Amino acid sequence: MASTLDRGLEKDQAVELRAVGTGRRGGVGRILLYLLLFLIAAFFVLPLVVVVSASFKYSAEIFTDPGILPADPGFENYAALFARAEFVDWFRNSAIVSSVGTFVTLAITSLSAYAFARIDFPFKGMLFGLLIVTLVLPGVMFLVPQFKLIGEMGLYDTLPALVLPGLAGVFGVFFLRQFFLGLPVELEEAAYVDGASRLRTFFSIALPLAGPALATLAVITFLAFWNDYLWPVIICQDNCPLPAGLRLLQRQYTGDPGLVMAGAAVAAIPVLILYLALQRYIVQSVASSGIKG
Amino acid sequence: MTSIATAEPKPGRGGRGGMLSRLMWGSGRDRRRRIGENPITPYLFILPHFALFSVFILFPFFLGVWMSLHDSTALRDGPFVGVRWYQQLFDPSNRTQFPRFWNSVWNTVLFVIISTPLLIGFGLALATLLNQKVRGRNIFRAIYFVPWTLSVSVVALTWWWMFNGNAGFVTLFMSDTFGWSPNWLATNPWAWISILVATLWWTIGFNTIILLAGMQAISADLYEAASIDGANKWQQFKSITLPSLRPILLLVITLQVIASFQLVGQPQLMTGGGPPSEAGGETTSVLLHVFNVGFSGRRELSLGAAMALVVAAIMVVVSIINFRLFSSERS
Repeated sequence: MASTLDRGLEKDQAVELRAVGTGRRGGVGRILLYLLLFLIAAFFVLPLVVVVSASFKYSAEIFTDPGILPADPGFENYAALFARAEFVDWFRNSAIVSSVGTFVTLAITSLSAYAFARIDFPFKGMLFGLLIVTLVLPGVMFLVPQFKLIGEMGLYDTLPALVLPGLAGVFGVFFLRQFFLGLPVELEEAAYVDGASRLRTFFSIALPLAGPALATLAVITFLAFWNDYLWPVIICQDNCPLPAGLRLLQRQYTGDPGLVMAGAAVAAIPVLILYLALQRYIVQSVASSGIKG
Repeated sequence: MTSIATAEPKPGRGGRGGMLSRLMWGSGRDRRRRIGENPITPYLFILPHFALFSVFILFPFFLGVWMSLHDSTALRDGPFVGVRWYQQLFDPSNRTQFPRFWNSVWNTVLFVIISTPLLIGFGLALATLLNQKVRGRNIFRAIYFVPWTLSVSVVALTWWWMFNGNAGFVTLFMSDTFGWSPNWLATNPWAWISILVATLWWTIGFNTIILLAGMQAISADLYEAASIDGANKWQQFKSITLPSLRPILLLVITLQVIASFQLVGQPQLMTGGGPPSEAGGETTSVLLHVFNVGFSGRRELSLGAAMALVVAAIMVVVSIINFRLFSSERS
C-alpha cells in the first residue's frame, strides 16, 4: 500500500527545518515542552530496552528477576538461538531475500519507469493505468491466489516464493517514473544526437542522475522485504525468513520469553543499524514518498 | 506495430487529445519519438517488470475470483459451486460462516474507528510539538520514528512480552503502583487496548513525520500575519495549520484506514485472536480470520478467497467514502 505526496524529491530535501510560529516563551513553558518530548521519547524507547533486557535473562531468570538491568546478564539465549540450525537459516534467508529482492526491484522498476516516463509507445497509457489501478487494490485479495499459484509452480517453501510476488509490486515503477519526469531531457537528447541508444542513454545519463531516488527506493524496498510478515508466514514452513520464524519460535517457546525476545532482537538489530546509519536520510525518504509499511 | 507508431499524434503542448488518446499514449513529457528507433524498444524496457506483474498480480486477480467460485482446499481442487461461499457469508441463518466472518469484520471496523482518530490525533500533536523551536528536534523525531522500521512480528512480540501476565513490564508496573493489574492479553477490553497500544507505538512516528513535513512547508509569513492580527496559537492552528495540511491529512488518514484494516500480526502474535467467543475470538481481525480459514487447519482456499474479495470490496468502498468525505468538505 503506498502513495506519493505530489512533490519532487529535490524540493523536499531543500526544505529547511525551520521553526514556525513560536517566539521566545517563558521558562516554565519550555521546561514543560522538553519534559513532554522526553516522556514521549521514553515511551518509544522503553519497550526496546525491555526486550533487550529480557533477552539477557536466561530461562527462569526472566520470571524471577524483574529489573530492567538484569542481575546476571548473559548471552545464553543468543547462544541457544544460533546453535539451532533453523534460526541461522532464517537469518540467512532474510539476508538473501532482502538483498536480492532489493537489487532486482531496482533493476526492473527503473527500466520500466524510464520507458513510461520518456518514450511514447502505443498502449502506454493503458498499460500504466493497469499498473496504477492495482496500487489501490488491497493486498488481502491476492494472498489466496498467489499461494495457489506458487504451489502450482512447485515453489512452496522456497526462497523464490518469498521474493517473486514482491518483485511484481508497482510502487517502484510509479515512484521512479515521477522522478524521471522531473529530470530535464536535454542531456538525454544530447546523448541521442551523439548516437547513443536508448539503453545506453538510460544507463549512462538517466540512471546516474536518479541516484537519490534509487537510494530512497532501495532503503524502502529493503525494509519492506526484511520486515514482511504475512506473506512469508503463509508460504514458508522450513525455509522461513526471520519475522515469520519468530512466530514459530514463539509457538515453540511460549514459556521461555527470554529466548523469544532474543530472537526479536536479532530480527530488529540489522534494521536498527541501518536506521542509525541512515537515520536522517530514511526519515526524509519516508516523508517525501509517503509509504506506509 | 510500426503502422500504429507512425500514426502517433504530434506532441502539441496545450490541447491534445481526449480520454482515448491519453489512454493510448499516456501523458509523459518527452514525446518526441526518435526517427529510426525500433518500435519494440519501449516494450523491452517494461518487459521484465510487466511479465512479473502479469504473473503475480494480474493473473492472481482473476484466479482469486475463479477460486472463490469453486470448492477447493490446499489439498485438492474442487468442483464449481457458483456463489455458494458468498451466499453463506451473506446469509444470516448460516450458523458457522456468517457469524464468524461478520464478527471479524465488526472487530476490524471497531478497531479502525477507534485507532484512526488516535493515530492521527497523536501524530498531529507530536508533529506540532516538534514544529516548535526546540533543540534536538531531529533527535526526537528520529526516536519517535524508530518502531516504524521494525517488522510487525517484532512489534507484536515486544508488546506480547510487555503485557505478559506473569512478569511483563506493564503488568509489574501496574501491580507495583496500583496493587492490581488486568490480565492484559486474555481479557477484554484489555486485550484490545494492548493491541491498540502496540499499533500506536508502531505507527505514530510515521504519521508524525509526514505531518511535520507538511507543517514545515507552510509559509512562515502566514503565521506572522496572523499574530500581527492578534490570533492566538490555537486560532493559528485551526485556521492556518489545519487547512494547509488538508491534502496531507487526507493522504495520512487514507493510508491509516487501509493499514488498520489489514490488522493481523498484532492479534495473531499477542492474543491469538482471543479471548475466545462463540463467534470465534474477540480480537480476531478479518485478515486473521481469512488466514485461519484459508491457511491453517483445513486450508479452505476457496472460502478464504471469497472472504478476501468481500473484504477488499469493503476496503475499496471505505477508501472512496473517506476520500469523498475529506476532499469535498470545504475544498
